[in-house]
Amino acid sequence: MQERHHLGEEAITRELFRPLVSTPAMMWVGFIGLGAVLAIFVFAVSWMIYWGLGVTGLQRPNMWGFMIVNFVFWIGISHAGVMISAILRLTQAEWRRPVTRAAEVMTIFSLMTAMLHPVIHTGRPWRTLYWVFPYDFWRNLWPDIRGPLVWDPSAILTYLTGSTLFLYTTLIPDMALARDRTTGWRHVLYTILALGWRGNERQWKMQTIAGFLLSGLILPVFVSVHSIVSWDFAVSLVPTWHATVFAPYFVIGAIHSGVSAVVTLMALMRWLFRFEHYIRLEHFDAIGRLLIAVGTGWLWFFLLDIFFAIYPQEARELEIMQFRLFEWPFNVLTALIFIFGYFIPVPIWVFQRFRRNVKIMFWTSIAVNVGMWAERYWLIKPGLMRKYEWTFDWNWYRPSIVEISIVMGSFALVGFLLLVFAKIFPPISVWEEKEGVHFAQQLQVGKRRVSAIVREF
Amino acid sequence: MAIREVLGIYRDLDSAVAAADALREAGFERAEFEVLSNAPYPEGTFGEESGIHRLFVFPLIGAACGFAAGLLITGGTQLAYPLVTGGKPLLSIPPMIIIMYEGTMLGALIFTVLGVLFESRLPWIGKALYDTRITAGYIGILVRTAPERESLAISALRTANPEDVLTEGGSVGGTAPAAQ
Repeated sequence: MQERHHLGEEAITRELFRPLVSTPAMMWVGFIGLGAVLAIFVFAVSWMIYWGLGVTGLQRPNMWGFMIVNFVFWIGISHAGVMISAILRLTQAEWRRPVTRAAEVMTIFSLMTAMLHPVIHTGRPWRTLYWVFPYDFWRNLWPDIRGPLVWDPSAILTYLTGSTLFLYTTLIPDMALARDRTTGWRHVLYTILALGWRGNERQWKMQTIAGFLLSGLILPVFVSVHSIVSWDFAVSLVPTWHATVFAPYFVIGAIHSGVSAVVTLMALMRWLFRFEHYIRLEHFDAIGRLLIAVGTGWLWFFLLDIFFAIYPQEARELEIMQFRLFEWPFNVLTALIFIFGYFIPVPIWVFQRFRRNVKIMFWTSIAVNVGMWAERYWLIKPGLMRKYEWTFDWNWYRPSIVEISIVMGSFALVGFLLLVFAKIFPPISVWEEKEGVHFAQQLQVGKRRVSAIVREF
Repeated sequence: MAIREVLGIYRDLDSAVAAADALREAGFERAEFEVLSNAPYPEGTFGEESGIHRLFVFPLIGAACGFAAGLLITGGTQLAYPLVTGGKPLLSIPPMIIIMYEGTMLGALIFTVLGVLFESRLPWIGKALYDTRITAGYIGILVRTAPERESLAISALRTANPEDVLTEGGSVGGTAPAAQ
């Protein structure tokens, strides 16, 4: 299993700091390409703010559209990052070392991107921010805590704060390393961020305990966040939203899409930064096996959601479920979700040789997220596009080019932020890699020589 | 009483452990020296444990504060502006639990990080002997002792084949000076 390359400490530092000191051509392509899409995103948002929500496809009763779908999608992506990092730390899984940093960063940028969407969606973000922040009582504003739109920010802000602190705590030793090797503005930045870290025994002991403690604390938060996001829908009376299964269903869906996004990120880092010695085939193998279980769990909840809608034989639920399953374009989306979310990737992941093929893992992880984005749309939109009793109007929802640009731009935003991060901070934890080297040994077992890790219990 | 610092720089783990042993044999207490490295080693690698800590108390205090803040925001909001809906109790417990839960976790997370910083003595803005070779993979042994024992510390550190020995006055070299 362990295909560790025996690298010296200097080689590890040099290779993992490579993105900080040099910019490969593909990274420039990434910066320029993503920057261009990001410019379109900024233009689309500005356009919408100037002209109002009329430039979107939103109208009564379709008051939630692409932006809220995208919000749910990015919240989902954010989940697996810290989940993977926390679970692997708690279980002391050796293969966590090259994965955790990138996964945690992806969590933070996905969450930040997700949080942008409800604010943009209001059409007049400055007013929203004026009324919402600070959460004050001075202006006789009494937010109703019985509404999920108050639960949601409280959960997401907790998760964002926790994830950022989690990342920063594990980043401190690497900031000291960067401090000792840089000059100019970088030296000043790293000196401030390193907080005077010296690497004594006590500091390392605290760092190790912090890894366990913060992992244990962040895991329940991660479960709570997507549960609460699901309640944005589930506590309403909209048919097919009003389902008790929504919380665990959203959580498992988030893990499915998020772990797949981690695979995408691992493949990109391996190609872009030439991290073959760190992000090894065994890591794709391990995460592929995890994905089989997660994907199958998600499929179960997906079917359960359909079953729960059909079983009570309630007319309105049945109508919308029929609409979802058999009418254009939702019938095609249903097929897309099944095919991309499960029936293409999971059978492929069953075979070890495919799990150890980076290109296949990359494209299957992309397929999952295509399926999962479609699933979010499939979950949210049909319930709103129907005429109910006592409603005066109903309409079909057609996303405008502005909304499509915002969705595309959100992907560019996360990608751009990840590239910027990799230019300033090491995308793989250097000290954790070195810790792994300290504990790595070669053992002779019979006629086989195997790599082993000494672990303290 | 003035405290003097001496820092021995070692290329490998075995030399650093030997230096720690030499310091103890020379009569230095474990609290008088600390080991600096670029990655963690198992506890006890350089001798007995390095002091007690109270890190586990921090998340508990944070959780209690966060819970109280959550209770204050949710309960306080409803009591300060009483609005009875459908004859139901004024305090709506289930949504209160959600925000109190998030408050509790947020408090625990923030206080854990504060605890880590406090127990790690960070941010450190004081002066202490340090060498950038430590983050390059060398192991440093930093002795803090009385001025009259400084030479004893230097001698002990030199017995374990150091790469360099630094004092507040600068490098004194890794090997013992030749006998006159």
